[in-house]
Amino acid sequence: MSQRRSRSPLVPVIVIAVTAALTSLFLIKSFGMPNAQAQPSPAPRMELEPVPAGSGAGSAAPTANTDQGSAQVAAPAAGSGSSAAPAAGSAAPAAGSAAPAAGSAAPAAEAMPWYDVLANKPVDEAGNFWFPKAVNKIADESDMMFYVVLALSAFFFFAIAGIVIYFTIKYRHRPGHKSEPSPTHHDSLEITWTIIPTIIVVFLFYYGWRGYIHVVTPPQKAVEVQVQAWRWAWNFTHSNGVEDSDLHVPVDTPVRLVMTSRDVLHAFYAPVMRTKQDIIPRRYTYVWFQATKPGTYRLTCAEYCGKDHSQMGIRPDGRRTVIVVHEPGGYEKYLQDKAAASGGPPEKIGKMVYETKGCSGCHTIDGSARVGPSFKGSWGKTIQLVEGPQKFDENYVRESLATPTAKGRAGYNRTMPSFEGQLSEKQIEGVIAFLKSLGDGQ
Amino acid sequence: MATTRRTEVNDGPVNEPDFYQVSKGIKSWLTTLDHKRIGLMYLFAIMGSLIIGGVFALLVRTELFFPGKTIVDQNTYNKFFTLHGAVMVFLVIIPGIPAALGNIIMPIQLGAPDVAFPKLNLMSFYFWVAGALLLVGAVPFGGLDTGWTLYTPYSLKSETPVLVATSGVFLLGFSSIFTGVNFLVTIHKFRPQGMGWFQMPLNIWAIYATAIMQVLATPVLGITVLLLSVERFAHIGIFDPTLGGDPVLFQHFFWFYSHPAVYIMIIPAMGVISEILSTFSRKPIFGYRFIAYSSVSLALLSFLVWGHHMFVSGQSRLANMVFSALTFSVGIPAAIKVFNWVATLYKGDIRLKTPMLYALGFLLIFTIGGLTGLFLGILSVDVHLHDTYFVVAHFHYVMMGSTLVAFLAAMHHWWPKFTGKMYGEAVARACSIGVFFGFNLTFLPQFVMGSRGMPRRYWDYDPMYTTFHQVSTIGAFVLGISMFISIVNLLVSFKTGRRAPRNPWGGSSLEWQAPTPPPLYNFENPPVLHEIYNYDDLVEVEEDRWERRAPIEVKATEAPGDAHAHAKPADPVPPPPADIADKAVARAEKAADEATSAVVKATEEVKAAETAAKAAEEAKAAEAPKAVEAPAEKADEKKEGDK
Repeated sequence: MSQRRSRSPLVPVIVIAVTAALTSLFLIKSFGMPNAQAQPSPAPRMELEPVPAGSGAGSAAPTANTDQGSAQVAAPAAGSGSSAAPAAGSAAPAAGSAAPAAGSAAPAAEAMPWYDVLANKPVDEAGNFWFPKAVNKIADESDMMFYVVLALSAFFFFAIAGIVIYFTIKYRHRPGHKSEPSPTHHDSLEITWTIIPTIIVVFLFYYGWRGYIHVVTPPQKAVEVQVQAWRWAWNFTHSNGVEDSDLHVPVDTPVRLVMTSRDVLHAFYAPVMRTKQDIIPRRYTYVWFQATKPGTYRLTCAEYCGKDHSQMGIRPDGRRTVIVVHEPGGYEKYLQDKAAASGGPPEKIGKMVYETKGCSGCHTIDGSARVGPSFKGSWGKTIQLVEGPQKFDENYVRESLATPTAKGRAGYNRTMPSFEGQLSEKQIEGVIAFLKSLGDGQ
Repeated sequence: MATTRRTEVNDGPVNEPDFYQVSKGIKSWLTTLDHKRIGLMYLFAIMGSLIIGGVFALLVRTELFFPGKTIVDQNTYNKFFTLHGAVMVFLVIIPGIPAALGNIIMPIQLGAPDVAFPKLNLMSFYFWVAGALLLVGAVPFGGLDTGWTLYTPYSLKSETPVLVATSGVFLLGFSSIFTGVNFLVTIHKFRPQGMGWFQMPLNIWAIYATAIMQVLATPVLGITVLLLSVERFAHIGIFDPTLGGDPVLFQHFFWFYSHPAVYIMIIPAMGVISEILSTFSRKPIFGYRFIAYSSVSLALLSFLVWGHHMFVSGQSRLANMVFSALTFSVGIPAAIKVFNWVATLYKGDIRLKTPMLYALGFLLIFTIGGLTGLFLGILSVDVHLHDTYFVVAHFHYVMMGSTLVAFLAAMHHWWPKFTGKMYGEAVARACSIGVFFGFNLTFLPQFVMGSRGMPRRYWDYDPMYTTFHQVSTIGAFVLGISMFISIVNLLVSFKTGRRAPRNPWGGSSLEWQAPTPPPLYNFENPPVLHEIYNYDDLVEVEEDRWERRAPIEVKATEAPGDAHAHAKPADPVPPPPADIADKAVARAEKAADEATSAVVKATEEVKAAETAAKAAEEAKAAEAPKAVEAPAEKADEKKEGDK
């Protein structure tokens, strides 16, 4: 008995601790080295010159939902044939080669403006085992904290698990084995393992807080973009009034988003930026980042907002809302070209509204129902509302934009937010013209 | 089967029927005031809810097997995860250990005939039933789609029957408060003489800490859902910004309850684990006082950290800083507990019975759950991880992996006691291993998905996550099937199980002295108080049957039964005189030599408690005063003496 008792458990415990430390380091090293992996998308960076749109359209197909084939990609474009002439001058030459290169069944694929080609690129998912590669200047600090805690956690877990397994095997019940007396408490030991975690968490708190202050404090000079979120769409308004449903930002420039919601809570979440912020109705919240690498990145909603939460901002072709980080100079060109593209005949204005104000998230123009009814062939029809039959005319459209919940189509939820004050008179006329252009019911 | 070689010992009550036999018929159960019957009804209702919640969980996981639609559309999926969360949180893990197993075991562990307020106890059960019916009743009305968190303004706009569900939550809250009040009073007033606060089993400490939180936090939940209902019903602006309300205020209210609720779930689990680890290691629990204090400090700290659910909600930076700092303080008592549990195993005689397998699984799972909490407490990292699968995995490690595993451990630990039947050990062990691996297979991949940016509550996801989701779904089925078999295995033992002896695991607390199954008022003879977590006198006479080697025989001073009647709840088991003598002996034996012999001699002669107590006083006076409070120090001294 005395021999057994005199043998200190210290040696195996130290062995286990060292093993745990080595294991955790190995894990971090092999799975978590920042920037360790090569980028899997060697596709050439999107330059200011539009690359053949075919690569854009072709590579957009994998991201499309399987049930929405690439044939549908062209459908909306074909439906609004009158807007076939793209205003973005520099993109025009590429348009000709776009349709054949797409190689799909699309007969008359409209030329996509160069900035939308960028947005249609597959999102950049390069990264290591734990993270997509960070492209936010201030993200390295929080990534570093993640790896530090990962190492600490791995160490403590393997140490505790190792000791538990070691004790369980060593002191397992077997013939002739009895429990031996040992202290039932040990004050200095208790104090030790109270103080060590305390010191660790004080450091974790401090560095976490310091990093957080950087995450929430934008520099004085930042490009501001207004963000509106609603069920289930995004709208980004830039300083010159240009609106889009994708977020276009310059590289190496601080960008500050001023965000608000029009209905329920949403959250802006860009994994590559390591930043997230809830978006609250009737209140502004802010987020900022400074992108370090041009590319196309994922943007998601992270606060549950109902039916299409997981597909917020999805296009009829299945593409999601993205962040496009432009090469130097690209953002300014985007603002110009997009502004130039915003004018034009009423139908075109209406189509812009349809695409940038999130209508396309719920209403298709190909006849299939999503969250809301399709617009195709609605014009002039007498439709069935819960309140009774209703002719689909100018007044109905105007009323539905201002007070969407006043009347409800049978079989659909009344979740559409009001666009009262959101649209100019010209835009409303544009929407009406656009709906007319989708064909009437007769 | 190996059952044949064992002698069938009838360890049931001798002079009166056990609590199953004492009265018959459905009515006698539905109107019972017996804590064991109420607890059993709770237990079966909770197991039913567990199956409902589990089926929803498997439906959620099945839907996520492929990106996009696998079996159901978005609306149905949203209802699945809402009901999974609501049923599991409100109906299963909050009342699971305290209301069901706590009801059955806690009074017996105290040596009491019943809880302090038996009628309140029954009322608590019926409130639970009404609340559960309303909550689950939302399903035929179309199902709830707000998420269990009921965040405004979504829950104000949702077209699903939110009012029905919130009424259910309101009633469930009252049920929880009644249980808490009842247990607080029971633990304060029904401890037998000689059982001071620091002679209580740690399970009772845990239930005590839980009851404090139930009483203090749950009213806030009631107020919150009441305000939500009023706003939905009468359009008074409280949380709805279009009416001038504040949606973030709801989150404060909600988490002010729901964060303590997490500890209402986990602290009783910790109590159970403390009991099981000590019993099956044949070792006194290491650092008894530190574990007891850490339970209470966790309970108190839990009220101060709700804001860490809201780091990206628009809460002020100052609040974020304070809540982050406070959140880390929670890690310290949790760490203390884990270290003490590990130290308890040291030099033990570890028996890997089913409850112990679950307890060891708990230890590893809880360690992961606790450590991953560190990531989320760090402000800068939480900004990235918040509302992703990392959070989902983290809280499942704590709430599901720890609490439900502890619940299963407790079921297997006390099942023989309150049913009088032994379950099939081989199947139970296999299931415990299946639960452990199935659980980790389900939730480990979710940590990686989360850090890679997969948001939670997503019906559709980026195809890059497909493999992780599929592994997770397979794990969920392993977990679900293992849990289902383990429950069936327990239920089958009702019919086929061998009779359970009085003390199958060699536990030292009072419930193992009660007949198996116990009679109406738990004890035929008043239980004898021994030093808690001291296993020296317990010997295994055959497999799964333990007896005290040299129990001090005590004559019952009066017949039980009448004395324990509900009508006289203020009259708990009269402490036997020799009870104190016994304690005195236990202490004195460990005191200095000359004092020890005197005390032992005295105890043999002494019949009345006063004399023994006096002898103990002499022993105290002779030795260091600390010796009486902490007998363990004697062991140290002895050890040093040996050297």
